[in-house]
Amino acid sequence: MPEASPQATARTETVTRTLLVALFVSLVCSSFVASAAIVLKPRQVENAIAEMRRNILQVAGLWAPDADLDELFESIEPRVVELETGAYVEGIDPEAYDPVEASKDPARSIEIPSELDVAKVGRRAKHALVYLVLRDGELSKIILPISGYGLWSTLHGFLALEADANTVADITFYEHGETPGLGDFIVKPAWRELWRGKRAFDDSGSLALSVVKGRVADDDPLADYRVDGVSGATLTGNGVTNIIQYWLGEHGYGPFLAKLQAGAGS
Amino acid sequence: MSTDTKRALLKPIVDDNPVTLHVLGICSALAVTTSLLPSLYMCVALTVVAALSNAAVSAIRHILPSSIRIIVQMTIIASLVIVVDESLKAFAFETSRELSVFVGLIITNCIILGRTESFASKNPVGLSFLDGIGNGLGYSSILILVATTRELLGSGTLLGYTIFPNAADGGWYKPNGMMLLPPSAFFVIGLIIWAVRTWKVEQVEKPDFRIHEVHRTEVM
Repeated sequence: MPEASPQATARTETVTRTLLVALFVSLVCSSFVASAAIVLKPRQVENAIAEMRRNILQVAGLWAPDADLDELFESIEPRVVELETGAYVEGIDPEAYDPVEASKDPARSIEIPSELDVAKVGRRAKHALVYLVLRDGELSKIILPISGYGLWSTLHGFLALEADANTVADITFYEHGETPGLGDFIVKPAWRELWRGKRAFDDSGSLALSVVKGRVADDDPLADYRVDGVSGATLTGNGVTNIIQYWLGEHGYGPFLAKLQAGAGS
Repeated sequence: MSTDTKRALLKPIVDDNPVTLHVLGICSALAVTTSLLPSLYMCVALTVVAALSNAAVSAIRHILPSSIRIIVQMTIIASLVIVVDESLKAFAFETSRELSVFVGLIITNCIILGRTESFASKNPVGLSFLDGIGNGLGYSSILILVATTRELLGSGTLLGYTIFPNAADGGWYKPNGMMLLPPSAFFVIGLIIWAVRTWKVEQVEKPDFRIHEVHRTEVM
């Protein structure tokens, strides 16, 4: 029941009292929040790593819900690649390297020239973290982190290529803010299925992979390089095309993939 | 159970519901109700914050100077929300990603501050705690109703399990895409309020003013 306590009010209204109460509440609340943050931190970091590994395994086609995550991840080898030359970098530990953090450091990242920045990435790290899927010691798939702007949001995901560094194995986006029910087709299994077996580069070696508006015609001579879009979500599809254009292009993984293709051919 | 405790706990569920009667907490009710699972987590998060913040504010109500009472209440609520948010990130990672900023936005949910200010600052700790739970349940009941409607009609699923087989996968149900967009929650909440006020006529508000004809010769 409501209580009326005029005397109590009079006593609590002095300046010293007010300051003391404010100080007391702040101290209790801040130590409460700080201790919770410290106690929960290790679990959160663990979750974030597990989530990233799950995404990589899924795009690699190795994911099994009941299997042990670390065991599955043993067949995946993270490597640091210098994007400009496409060469592996040995001096950086892939376990500790964080490309997102590096892309914010002016010394370790570059501003993408605006005419090349079709996917509106802005800055990117000089070194990228790629994942090689090994089967019996042989390279079986290459997993490339990709990102860029869709219609409303920045998409983050992975593109998996077969060992020939040309045929698409899968594509996944683990973070996006596209329209629910329309632009979110990019995470639907049925659409990801369409990418399987498509080719990124044509016979002359130029990048041809894209998402088209609507359906790819059956007699389209470029059907091998084209993926169906969704009508009503053309701009999200265009965003994905731009992401592919940038990341598989000369300024992205182009040099790295060219090296792999040359290696695969010989 | 005494009448007071019973009233604090049960009245907010229908008779004094924070959403349908006071129309509070609508923002999060629009944002998280596209599917049922994140809504359930949101309900638990809000109920915990409402109960604990009510108890905390009630515990210090005699030493709390009224000049700083709102900011102190906000500090307590914000601390609790941060802890709840961090716990979700640690123990329910997938769902916390779906809920994204909306758990943090419990801080600005009018239900919480409304209860600490109007109830907890005048009532004993135990009763305030129960009032928090009651209001959390009132909010939850509406959120669950809205989320069930939206997920069922918008995706044909409940908690991720297929209820209506989708036309795209060879079933018969063509999902209503509008149900996945925020405005549909307005319609669903509106229909619920309409239904509740038809059942409980005393909840219908009196019109603030009435439009009536004034004759030209009448003195205004």
